[in-house]
Amino acid sequence: MSAREPFSIEQFYRFLQQHKLMAGKCLKCGKIHLPPRPLCDNCLSQEFEWVNISGKGKLLTYTVINVAPLQFHALTPYAVGIVQLENGLRIPGMINGIAQKQLKIGMELTLDFGTCSTTQQWPQWPRYCFKPPT
Amino acid sequence: MSKFGKHDGLLAREIFAEAAKEAFSRCPKLDPKQDIKAMFIGHMGEAYEHQGHMGAAVADWAGLTGVAATRTESACASSGAALRSGIYAAMSGLADVVMVGGVEKMTHRTTAEVTEYLAMASDFPFEQWHGITFPGLYAMMATAHMHEYSTTEEQMAAVAVKNHFHGSLNPKAHMQKEITLQAAMSSRYVAWPLKLYDCSLITDGASCIILTRPELACKYTDMPVDIIGSGQATDTIGLYQRQSLTSLNATKLAAKTAYELANVKPRGIDLAEVHDCFTFAELMAYEDLGFCPVGASGKLVESGETRLGGRLPVNTSGGLKAKGHPVGATGTAQAYEVYLQLTGQAGPRQVKDAKVGLTQNVGGSGATATVHIYRRDQ
Repeated sequence: MSAREPFSIEQFYRFLQQHKLMAGKCLKCGKIHLPPRPLCDNCLSQEFEWVNISGKGKLLTYTVINVAPLQFHALTPYAVGIVQLENGLRIPGMINGIAQKQLKIGMELTLDFGTCSTTQQWPQWPRYCFKPPT
Repeated sequence: MSKFGKHDGLLAREIFAEAAKEAFSRCPKLDPKQDIKAMFIGHMGEAYEHQGHMGAAVADWAGLTGVAATRTESACASSGAALRSGIYAAMSGLADVVMVGGVEKMTHRTTAEVTEYLAMASDFPFEQWHGITFPGLYAMMATAHMHEYSTTEEQMAAVAVKNHFHGSLNPKAHMQKEITLQAAMSSRYVAWPLKLYDCSLITDGASCIILTRPELACKYTDMPVDIIGSGQATDTIGLYQRQSLTSLNATKLAAKTAYELANVKPRGIDLAEVHDCFTFAELMAYEDLGFCPVGASGKLVESGETRLGGRLPVNTSGGLKAKGHPVGATGTAQAYEVYLQLTGQAGPRQVKDAKVGLTQNVGGSGATATVHIYRRDQ
């Protein structure tokens, strides 16, 4: 891939649409940013490279949401959590494919890339989710 | 402070006028139109009333057109940030007298709408986009705390019972009714493990206070309270980026600054108003403010020490839980309660011999926190 792709959240989601989980690695101090950012929060460097991140991780914490904004109302109750991936990177997301009573801190989960919404409105970001490994 | 509750038929600026009227009457030596040189007004959401630019709007309706008025927005810490901004203005000498306050009008919207508007204070691309709500964020912190320190849902409910008891003694509180532990425990889940009674109220209300430099205070009032410490800090906008999911680093940083400025230790605090947007948030505040060791907050609330009559009463106003949480108004409403307590005007909920008070106001899931420390003028 080209180094010209901006280290932006928009670009993160473009990669995700291509089923790639990509992070920005600082060329100066080595810190990996997920999502990528334009300025390293460790050393303020602006030089990065893209690195591929595995979608395998462990559940750090979770909840089951019963009261949601209208847009998500039809999905209630739904589980969301924060998942720790390799290198200590963390992202939040919905957790599907498991009975909510079986959720446990520390359990293994895998990122499912999901599909991009077809709406013409901003933003056109895919809604990934986490699932137990098959 | 206005009455907190449901103000049908009134707009935010009109509710703010009620708070301003009280502030003027409490400072009979102040000529508001002449003396007030700046206003900082906390207001979180223009979506509620389709009204941005709230600084100018409330200045106008408070009869203060012409005064330099600015809206401060730091989510639920908007008026904590207004207070801090007012201190900058007064202490810099640019404005001798400053009005700081906040307002929010929320109850005319549906719960789904309010849930959506409040969530705007969290990270959009990774939290809101994936359906994570505000209760959801605090629920995830509570889940992690329960896992790490064996904190229980009963201990969270004990915060609700205590704060509703305090609220029953506050004629300006939204809910002035005591609740039982059983009622709190049997309420329905909003975001597991947080139930309806773990959540603060959707409320209309406004609050404000008048600030000046210490050497000028006696010109305007016979009952001044000194603000001896002030701290404000930030954390990552996304909860998921934080090292700890069981504490708020912004609170810790702001508290450190405020304690150092005030030269006061946590054990020197006589009462505190903390940001109990959810019952669990009050437990976390005990730990982050140094009121108890890390992990021991559940036991602290159960001990009764933070109840009126205890060693360190917390949220004697009823807190966000019972007094209500009109988000933009909360920070200066906390300051108003501490002012009442330190000047002996808190009526049936008066803390005996209160000399030093603390307020902690949190924005979002903890990306902003302000901490202020107050002392009774001798």
